[in-house]
Amino acid sequence: MSFLKIDGVTMQFGGVTAIDNLSFEVEKGMIYGLIGPNGAGKTTIFNIITGNLYPTEGKILLESNNITGTKPNKIVYKGVARTFQNIRLFKSMSVLDNILIGFDAQAKYSYLEAIFRLPRYFKQEKFIDKKAKELLEIFGLTEFADSKATDLSYGVQRKVEIARALATNPTLLLLDEPAAGMNSNETSDLADIIFKIKDKFNLTVLLIEHDMKFVNKMCDKLTVLDYGEKIFEGKPADAIVDKKVVSAYLGDFSHA
Amino acid sequence: MGSLVRNSIFIAVAVAFIYFAGDVFGSYKMFLINTIGIYAILALSYNLINGVTGQFSLEPNGFVAIGAYFTAILLLSTESKIDMYALVDPSPIVLSMHTGSLAIALLVGGVAATIIALLLSLPVFRVRGDYLAIVTLGFGFIIRIFAINNPEFTNGAMGLNDISSSINFYWVGGILLITFIVMLNIIYSKYGRAMKSVRDDEDAATAMGINTFKIKTLAFMTSAFFEGIGGGLLAVLITTITPDQFSFLLTFQLLIIVVLGGLGSMSGTLIATILVMVGMEALRFLDEPNILGLGNEAHPGLRMVIFSVILIVVMLFARRGLLGDRELLDFFKKSKK
Repeated sequence: MSFLKIDGVTMQFGGVTAIDNLSFEVEKGMIYGLIGPNGAGKTTIFNIITGNLYPTEGKILLESNNITGTKPNKIVYKGVARTFQNIRLFKSMSVLDNILIGFDAQAKYSYLEAIFRLPRYFKQEKFIDKKAKELLEIFGLTEFADSKATDLSYGVQRKVEIARALATNPTLLLLDEPAAGMNSNETSDLADIIFKIKDKFNLTVLLIEHDMKFVNKMCDKLTVLDYGEKIFEGKPADAIVDKKVVSAYLGDFSHA
Repeated sequence: MGSLVRNSIFIAVAVAFIYFAGDVFGSYKMFLINTIGIYAILALSYNLINGVTGQFSLEPNGFVAIGAYFTAILLLSTESKIDMYALVDPSPIVLSMHTGSLAIALLVGGVAATIIALLLSLPVFRVRGDYLAIVTLGFGFIIRIFAINNPEFTNGAMGLNDISSSINFYWVGGILLITFIVMLNIIYSKYGRAMKSVRDDEDAATAMGINTFKIKTLAFMTSAFFEGIGGGLLAVLITTITPDQFSFLLTFQLLIIVVLGGLGSMSGTLIATILVMVGMEALRFLDEPNILGLGNEAHPGLRMVIFSVILIVVMLFARRGLLGDRELLDFFKKSKK
């Protein structure tokens, strides 16, 4: 049984078909790649999975549960967390506070309990503070805990964003171009961390990426999109020699 | 627990000030201090929705008016209402509303404002953008026009007078202290973090499971509650209220205070309230004749010109307000490191 199933999803914006009858399945514990040229509809798929968009047709199944159209703030409770293509940290807040936002749902105390500082506030805050610091430790971000998120380097910000997503305790992690704009050191560092957290937190990862070397290293399986259609599904090593994939990226040479 | 000792000292000092202020200062100064206290309550609560949650709103004058009218009507006795309502007879609802307790009257004012804030939130926070500013601006006008055109409830443009003044600084100072602590307790909790996350990036906050509609509504209702109470205090302090007192200018003045103190900083708001209110009083000499060699005539309004210039200069040097979005104590924490 597949963990995540994209079942015949079509997404139309007015007359434009951004996704055309797309289906693929991700098994539990996989790192699954979603690649394709710009405008192929990769981020659209993420937005459909996370409930930001409602597909024109088709369903999203997570562990056989239909999660299509679940509101973006509710999808977190189904175990889906995401990062954004352009890093979107909370700018005015410290790294620790950014992570604590991810733990929001796990701190169970009411508004009045916060205002009157009742015992449950202290207990719950202490609990998520400890968990957040553990998470920072895993990511090697402890030294940055009190820094403002936006004062950090790009690579570190990326890590904070992934850590923040992990704080929501997901089973499925969606990474939108995690290696974009990183140098090769940062990229390999990132790859190590993704492998590490995948095992530690028992995650299934769906990632969008352009860096083929990175994809090759990370992904167990991938789907290639072009103009909203699936043109390839299989192992990364096979993708880079596939005729259709090569022509989607580089243009069709047969008519040249 | 260093923070526990620190907080206890702060509260002890504040309580001591509230207790002894009446003995130390004369009645003119006490009136000023009371006014500053009430404006601080209003500005602190305004900062929660405008600064911490980042939802640009222009609501205070509306909620202050609601709080003021409810408190005034509750405190006036039936006989004085019948005497006072000159245009038309007071409505039976108005006549039946009476309590001798200032606490209950203030609380009713606050709760009324909170309920109306909830009703406004339902449509406004379902959409994003500047709708809140437009709706709350309009709301302020509606409240004022309602007050003018419904004399059976509010005695119209003549307003309400002789609201029994049993108020002293224990009330104002006590409620200010409570407001300040409540605001900080909210900010340093998961709800405060969620409010800031909504301000910084609403999409990312949603992706973290934050119900942004709920958070914005909570912030708005909390602001309204304390603005309603502040309005009630204002009515009792001045002892007379008219619809024109609650024009957009009141909101504007609070906006100046909040921006000057730093959007999101409660201690900044407190400092800015004192600076603005004391500054406005201290500059009064400018309205007198024979100032700055401008001849023997008086130049009424010169005070506001100079005050504005000072404000502009301050904002040029402190773009994000006096304290930015940090609290006073954060600066001490930083310097220790």
